[in-house]
Amino acid sequence: MSQGLEHSLTSWSGQALKHQASWIDAIDARVRVVCSGLFALVVVLSSQFAPTLLGLIAAFVLVKSSKLNIKRTLRRVIAMDLFMLTLICILPFTTPGDVMFSVFGLAASWQGLSHALLITIKANAVLLVLFSLVATMSASTLGHALAHLKVPDKLVHLMLFMVRYLDVISQEYKKMRRAMQARAFVLRTNRHTWKSIGYLFGMLLIRSVERAERISDAMKCRGFCGRYYLNDDMKMGRIDIIFGVCVMCFLILLIGLNIDDLFK
Amino acid sequence: MHIVDGALSVPVLVSGAVLAVVGVFIGLKKMDYDHLPLVGVLASVFFIASYIHLPLGFSSVHLIMNGLLGIILGWVAFPALLVALLLQVIFFGFGGLLVLGVNTVNIALPAVIIYYLCYKGIRHESAKVAAIWGAIGGAGAIIITSVMVAFSLALSGESFVLAAKAVLPAHIPIMIVEGFVSYAAVYLIHTVKPEFITKEKS
Repeated sequence: MSQGLEHSLTSWSGQALKHQASWIDAIDARVRVVCSGLFALVVVLSSQFAPTLLGLIAAFVLVKSSKLNIKRTLRRVIAMDLFMLTLICILPFTTPGDVMFSVFGLAASWQGLSHALLITIKANAVLLVLFSLVATMSASTLGHALAHLKVPDKLVHLMLFMVRYLDVISQEYKKMRRAMQARAFVLRTNRHTWKSIGYLFGMLLIRSVERAERISDAMKCRGFCGRYYLNDDMKMGRIDIIFGVCVMCFLILLIGLNIDDLFK
Repeated sequence: MHIVDGALSVPVLVSGAVLAVVGVFIGLKKMDYDHLPLVGVLASVFFIASYIHLPLGFSSVHLIMNGLLGIILGWVAFPALLVALLLQVIFFGFGGLLVLGVNTVNIALPAVIIYYLCYKGIRHESAKVAAIWGAIGGAGAIIITSVMVAFSLALSGESFVLAAKAVLPAHIPIMIVEGFVSYAAVYLIHTVKPEFITKEKS
């Protein structure tokens, strides 16, 4: 399991999740970022099952229509759900309420189970929407969209830099690991392993700092004066407005479902 | 380590977000555009550290290294970690969007605390002494982080208290590993390139 995840992390260089072209790609990046943010806000703050379940269904619809690879997407979510499973096991015993069953004198309550399920649904819905709306654009597009949304310049620059150099540093890391493997180094649970990994990490730091100096010099040599220019002017089109309005209506429906339940 | 969306209560989420915004603001103030390449590259190093999995008995742990990051970056650790966590949420599904503030504070605040605690020690002339301070920083950051994770869980409701209590012992092995790894890393940096640590003195 962790092996599969590790692979996807090490080979990431800021590209979007693999997917086929779909109508979601045509929507303005800013609209997608704002919509998923508002969606997360509404779903996480709902206190009832109906709106969160509707949110989860909507998230599935979005994943389907963004033509993400369903299997891969689910594999990413399942890593989190394994963690949630422990929560589902713990919460019924620690929440007071109507007794469902008892083990060794510990009572499990229905309230605890429903609380744990609610958290699971919310977390899954938010992640699926993020995958389908935001992760289907490349990280640099995301950076530009954030810049247009008035996120501080330095933060955006930091993100663009990081995305660019993740791949470079990761190759540096892999190179050193391979060199260690060639010298028959195997990871074990002992001090030798920790010391060697510490040296590896220290070396990685030193090499990256030296690389950062070279980058900085190269940029100054080409006249870098402290800012990037965002050349793409993002314009709102008809499809953006339609999509935005649809999402807003859906979110208002979810809020309405919550309020309705509050007054009962 | 990453708390997921939906688990925490609203007051915890809001206070986490406010603290994170303040921290990021201070960090951005302290970082000028000249430092940008350095911070960007270092942030990616720590992103990569989080997928170095070390075997531990039958399971494995991954490095966090927020102590060492704090020692090197100080307050700038806040924006660096915010960006790293944001990318991890969106493209890998670790954590959640609304808990981003809480998660950032839980990892970045210990880094800043360690920065002030170990500032003197890490600049000691003897590599051994500096490395011991590095180990204290590495292990200490994990302790503070796990205490903060436990608190953000426990403050969110009675039912999470047990989970919060479980967080602390679960982090002890990570703490020991990080201590040893940080020791070796600082020792190496001190021997190979001492000016890397000492130059920020000016």
